[in-house]
Amino acid sequence: MNKLWIVCSYLIVWSCNSNSDSLHVIVTAEGKTIKIDSTNWPSSFQLGRPASPEEIKKIDIDVRPDGTGLPAGEGSAIAGKAIYLSKCVACHGTDTTSPEAKLLGPVLISTKPGKNKTIGNYWPYATTLFDYVRRAMPYNEPGSLTNEEVYQLTAFLLQANKVIGEKEVMNAKTLPMVVMPAQNRFIPDDRKGGPEVR
Amino acid sequence: MQMKGDKKEIDQDKGSKGKSISRRVLLGGAATAAVVLLKSSYGQVVQKAITQAELKISDPTKVQGPPPGVLGTRSKFETLVKKPSDTSSRTPLQDLFGTITPSDLHYERHHAGVPVIDPHSYSLTLHGMVKKPLVFSLADLKRFPSVTRIFFVECSGNYRGGKEEMTPQEICGLTSQSEWTGVMLSTLFREVGVKTTASWFLAEGSDAAVMSRSIPVSKGWEDAMIAYAQNGEAIRPEQGYPARLLLPGWEGNTSVKWLRRIELSDQPFMTREETAKYTEGVKDGKVRQFSFVMDARSIITYPAYPQQLQKGWMEIRGIAWSGRGKIYKVEVSTDGGKTWNDARLQDPVLDKAHTAFRYLWEWKGGAAELMSRAIDETGYMQPTMKQLIDARGKDMGGYHLNPVTSWLIERDGRVLFKAELTS
Repeated sequence: MNKLWIVCSYLIVWSCNSNSDSLHVIVTAEGKTIKIDSTNWPSSFQLGRPASPEEIKKIDIDVRPDGTGLPAGEGSAIAGKAIYLSKCVACHGTDTTSPEAKLLGPVLISTKPGKNKTIGNYWPYATTLFDYVRRAMPYNEPGSLTNEEVYQLTAFLLQANKVIGEKEVMNAKTLPMVVMPAQNRFIPDDRKGGPEVR
Repeated sequence: MQMKGDKKEIDQDKGSKGKSISRRVLLGGAATAAVVLLKSSYGQVVQKAITQAELKISDPTKVQGPPPGVLGTRSKFETLVKKPSDTSSRTPLQDLFGTITPSDLHYERHHAGVPVIDPHSYSLTLHGMVKKPLVFSLADLKRFPSVTRIFFVECSGNYRGGKEEMTPQEICGLTSQSEWTGVMLSTLFREVGVKTTASWFLAEGSDAAVMSRSIPVSKGWEDAMIAYAQNGEAIRPEQGYPARLLLPGWEGNTSVKWLRRIELSDQPFMTREETAKYTEGVKDGKVRQFSFVMDARSIITYPAYPQQLQKGWMEIRGIAWSGRGKIYKVEVSTDGGKTWNDARLQDPVLDKAHTAFRYLWEWKGGAAELMSRAIDETGYMQPTMKQLIDARGKDMGGYHLNPVTSWLIERDGRVLFKAELTS
């Protein structure tokens, strides 16, 4: 009798979940339980259209610290310097720019400690450079650089900040291996909620 | 009571009487005839250009007004404006009433200007660690079950100090509040079947910076919204037209505008904004990252610089807000923090929302120092600048600063910001 009851109740729970879907319960990757009221909702609203791999590829431009998303191609600092001097220097200056100079963009090159947050003293991941330059720079012509040019510029910026040597070539394999000087400074939000000021 | 400005205006009017009607007046008189001093709705004296036609129409009971129109207007006597810099534009907190920011006065912060996006070609793609990658049109988003919610959006770089002559707008005008309508992100997550192993997602805009941020998936399930409307109409271009992400209570930069793509992943993407930019120095040379939640804060918006106080009773007014939840209490001090009194909160007090507070006070002349501090439902009390420096160290930088703001009342009635240095 007991066994039968357990089987019955299991079926009831199962049918509730599959049919009405009134409470969508999510357990997140962090183990948080979130309940979403979806009373009378269909299992799908049948809205939107499938995204094809080709169209995803066109807009999936992000590059992650492990190198996922880095394209083919490569570049070195020498070639990057030429691009920097023609397309970047007007806003970002060089290592000889006076600290008093009013620049349109942030200072990118500095190996000396100072108030400026530069690639050498602040940026925690080298892959971020490739991702950001490719998506947003140069400011007056965003998205106009080829992958090769972005690798070249990335190599130059890393070299100018004394993170890599002049002869090192940056590509999908070498860029994720670069360890940035500031990486170990970064910690996730350590505020814990409640009354504490942190 | 007659203000100096009123008198001057009347004088100007008198002066124009008896003159023959010029052709310019008949044409509507767009040219400036005089600059007069006017009293703004908060008693602040402002300069205002008055046209010939306006000088003529001094008695509204004797002249027909304009007929019904297709769009409303703001009175030409109101001078509300945002305060733009190279990178942002600030809400005039001292000129607002209640808690909803008029849409055209919502603060702006963008990284490559305001893009023009055709709503008919707009699309939002969800892909990555999902069962069914999907592309939604704006019409698709609007067909999903919708939600409407009032909450604030605040930039995490919302503190300026350093001098006495600063308005609330200049000190912390990078916070605004709207009634937002859209679809819950959880609804879209359910539709595409987000995999249980996904822990982060990238939100990417279609501005010229293709601005992107990594967000924990749990926020997406909890209360993230894809909004397409603001205060009853389509979102303004400056706020992300035609659709944007909104993360209630979190630093504004994460609420990515002009949203074009969401990619589910099992790790953060480490974009420029979450590494080189929206991070802050804390003790021992460390840099705090992914500090999403905006801590509790308040500011007295009246009286404030540049008002000139008159002796007598007044209502000290301001707003308080917390990204952690509801405002529980606001305390006001008129003696520089020696004693604190409960302010009245205007109902309804909403979750993660600007909450108006009021405190009746009689100024009898003499120096005073007005302060407010917010306490939220988590028990967090808005700190002083000193407490922030003690907690984070001297290299704390400019993000997530929510110090108690003091206004010094001088004997002559001037109101000055008590500027505290951050380091």
